[in-house]
Amino acid sequence: MAPLKEHIATKTQQRSASDLWGPAPYAVIVVDRTGTVRDLNPAATSLLGGAAPGAALSDAAPSWLARAHEETTNSADRPAGDTPVTAPSPPVFRGRIGARSFEAHPAPAPDGDGGVVWWLVDDTDRRLVEEELATERERTAFLAEASNVLLASLNTDRCMHVTAQLASQYLAEAALVIVPAAGRKLPMTYAVEGGAAVRRTVTADTALVPGLSEALQGFPPVPSRWIDPASLPDWLIPEGFTGTVGSASVTPLPGHGVPAGVLVLLRGTASTEFSENEEVFARLFAARAGAALSAARLYAEQSDITRTLMRDLLPPRLDRVNGVEFAGGYQPAAARDRVGGDFYDVHPGSTPDEASLAVLGDVCGKGLDAAVLTGKIRNTLQALTPMAGDHEGMLRLLNGALLNSHHTRFATLVLASVRREENRVRLRLTSAGHPAPLVIRNDGRVEEIDTRGTLVGALPHIEARTVETELLPGETCLLYTDGVTEARGGPLGDELFGEERLMRAMAECAGMPGAAVVERVQMLASQWLHDGRHDDMALVAITAPPTTHLSAVNGHTRGRYTQ
Amino acid sequence: MSTDTLAAPDVRGLQDQLWTAVTSRDEHAAAAVLFTALDAGIDPETALLDVIAPVQARVGTEWAANRLSVAQEHAASAIAERVIAALAHHPAVRTTPRLGRVTVACVDQEWHVLPARLLAEVLTLRGWQVDFLGAQVPTPHLIGHLHNNGADVVALSSSIPTRLPTAHAAVTACQAVGVPVLAGGAAFGPDGRYALRLGADAWAPDARSAARRLADGIPVPVPAVGRQQIDDLPHLSDQEYTLVVRSRPQLVREVMAQMETRFPPAAAYTEQQREHTAQDIAHIVEYLGVALYMDDDELFTGFLTWTAGILEARRVPAASLLPVLDVLGTELKDFPRTTRLLGEARSALDLLAAAVGNNPGASDDRSALPALHPGS
Repeated sequence: MAPLKEHIATKTQQRSASDLWGPAPYAVIVVDRTGTVRDLNPAATSLLGGAAPGAALSDAAPSWLARAHEETTNSADRPAGDTPVTAPSPPVFRGRIGARSFEAHPAPAPDGDGGVVWWLVDDTDRRLVEEELATERERTAFLAEASNVLLASLNTDRCMHVTAQLASQYLAEAALVIVPAAGRKLPMTYAVEGGAAVRRTVTADTALVPGLSEALQGFPPVPSRWIDPASLPDWLIPEGFTGTVGSASVTPLPGHGVPAGVLVLLRGTASTEFSENEEVFARLFAARAGAALSAARLYAEQSDITRTLMRDLLPPRLDRVNGVEFAGGYQPAAARDRVGGDFYDVHPGSTPDEASLAVLGDVCGKGLDAAVLTGKIRNTLQALTPMAGDHEGMLRLLNGALLNSHHTRFATLVLASVRREENRVRLRLTSAGHPAPLVIRNDGRVEEIDTRGTLVGALPHIEARTVETELLPGETCLLYTDGVTEARGGPLGDELFGEERLMRAMAECAGMPGAAVVERVQMLASQWLHDGRHDDMALVAITAPPTTHLSAVNGHTRGRYTQ
Repeated sequence: MSTDTLAAPDVRGLQDQLWTAVTSRDEHAAAAVLFTALDAGIDPETALLDVIAPVQARVGTEWAANRLSVAQEHAASAIAERVIAALAHHPAVRTTPRLGRVTVACVDQEWHVLPARLLAEVLTLRGWQVDFLGAQVPTPHLIGHLHNNGADVVALSSSIPTRLPTAHAAVTACQAVGVPVLAGGAAFGPDGRYALRLGADAWAPDARSAARRLADGIPVPVPAVGRQQIDDLPHLSDQEYTLVVRSRPQLVREVMAQMETRFPPAAAYTEQQREHTAQDIAHIVEYLGVALYMDDDELFTGFLTWTAGILEARRVPAASLLPVLDVLGTELKDFPRTTRLLGEARSALDLLAAAVGNNPGASDDRSALPALHPGS
């Protein structure tokens, strides 16, 4: 074997460099320790523009490679004692040659004289892919963040704020979000360089900005438009944007069938113009922002509608009427609901001497369906208030009206005609299939008022018995629905709150203001429930104001602090 | 900060007048005290925080010491609330909003509205646009309000520690819609430690510091993807909280069943006394639950020593609490964190008993004891 080895060695020494490195798939340069190029293969020759052996590396190749060579030979010169025990992985140098990017891998030259063989590996494509990957990752992260933030809120203002803020942080120096206006004023939110968003309304002619009015009117989405920065009206340049606008774009925010608005992006003269890629990206962002904004607008419109329709179904706020204290409390069955099948009203007497009519009732069923029927009953009863002198007659008319309507539900209710007589309050109470009203006397007794009657809306003929009673100053009559007594829970989890417990609780309330009685009963019932499910619960307290109060405040007018 | 020139004794004088008025249930006199003071030039914020608030605090402590009845306590709160509402109409109080918008709300099932109410008034005075949602606001209503009206901050009030899990859900939900939360109220601990543990963005011990904290600005939370309650409280993964809270009725039943053999006087209880006892036990289990939720010994031991104090004030021997802990310990012996909490509570009660000295002669006046809800 020895002769063969020797033969190869001899041959190697004799061969010219290009012969030796020629077939290598990379450009190869052999450089001696003084920095003189000794050899190049054809790939290297063409890469370095015809450099020839004998030239200085610093002349033939870019400076980064010359520096890399210097560094490599210096570190090879270091005394052996300095080198770490474990051989470090050979260093890799990177730089550009012409338009392309290379990795330079040094290897000791075979001459054994400290020279270096440089392998130049073209990594341009990998670099590009890596850069693209990094950009994409950054954008995905941004879009994910944008989606998180945008989807989090159904509030239009907040969506506008977030859109402007994110866009000014990632897409341009300044961003404006403009949404279609209901009137002449244009709502607009802007942010500069990711700072806090600012909301403004402007009165402006959108036609002056190309693409703006179209996008706001909901014409088919057009791709973002480039506009001449010089033509931008002043109101489009946000406060805090320093310098002059170098480039500007108008991107429509696509909504769900409705125009969601427009995103205006501004860049200063110092930054680059928008590339095609960035434009696509801006559109991706705009799509998300548009979806979020239009969802928020839709939600706002829906809740407006709900609020309007619900207004008359909500329990009213009760206060003092003609010298009598009224207080109400309402807890719908489901926490997310605001209305249910229980209802109450107080219709004030037209003069202080005329009785006011308090009504509290319960429509069979829960939720919105039941609430709609409570609305009808409440309207009917309001129309019938002139007849309040005859409770039974009123109930008969209501019964007829309910039987003739298409609703199959029935209701129970209690009517209370309430009139102040000197410092006492006279009550006429009639129950129609409803739990009897309770009266808390000043001595702590709790009286059940013995009125009975048929529920309404189920049978063709009904009967009811009206009972009269009187409240002394400080005494309270409580009307309640069975949601209170049928609250199921307690320490053992399955007991009814029950009438007895209610009466015991009320006995502790002797002399309390009506509002406090209502709150106390509500609190005890809900603590009894302990987060359990329950039916709607409604309470009305009718209280004769304590005398001390009356000596100071004329009984027939409102005290100045009870308004 | 305030422009009032009242010396401290004057404020104390007003407090005494107001105290007399509210405890005698004289709403008119109560209002007159404050209106006269306002007309005399007292700063409205001083009226709210240095006159009304301390009187309300006194109402609470007097109730705990059994010197005020439930009715008096409720009446006093109702009067205070109406007086605050009336104050808002005084010329000295009118302001126009120039700062941001704040939503002030109590957590669901929180009935103590006054601290939140006072904060709402103070913030209005200082120029915030305030949406006051009142007592016991269900979290869906709170979030619906934020969607509809927006807010720079939510100020969330809770006074009862058992509402902490609910408060946690509310904090997380507000932050998820991008609104930071300032927590306040006794539930969050004297130093606000529970507020921080629940991930609230800020905490304030009183209305003035809350106003200052809001003025400093509270940064908007970044909605982190999929953040859930368990991320703040990783110990919840052992499910002890869920299991204990869910089996509350069974635990109460078991304790009641064994009570008579372990605490002989219990055998002679009337039905109503038995019900009060059951409620007390239910409450102890509830606090055990919240201590497990927060993984905090002090929450449980603190509640038990407080309960012992209340019981003693109503001449029920605190020793009656020990059998409750014993039975719970047996029933829940497989739960390590629960066992630790029960052990800590027992040592705390032993210490207390050693300090007070057992009083076997005390009559069991449980019939006079309202359910042990710290605020009822």
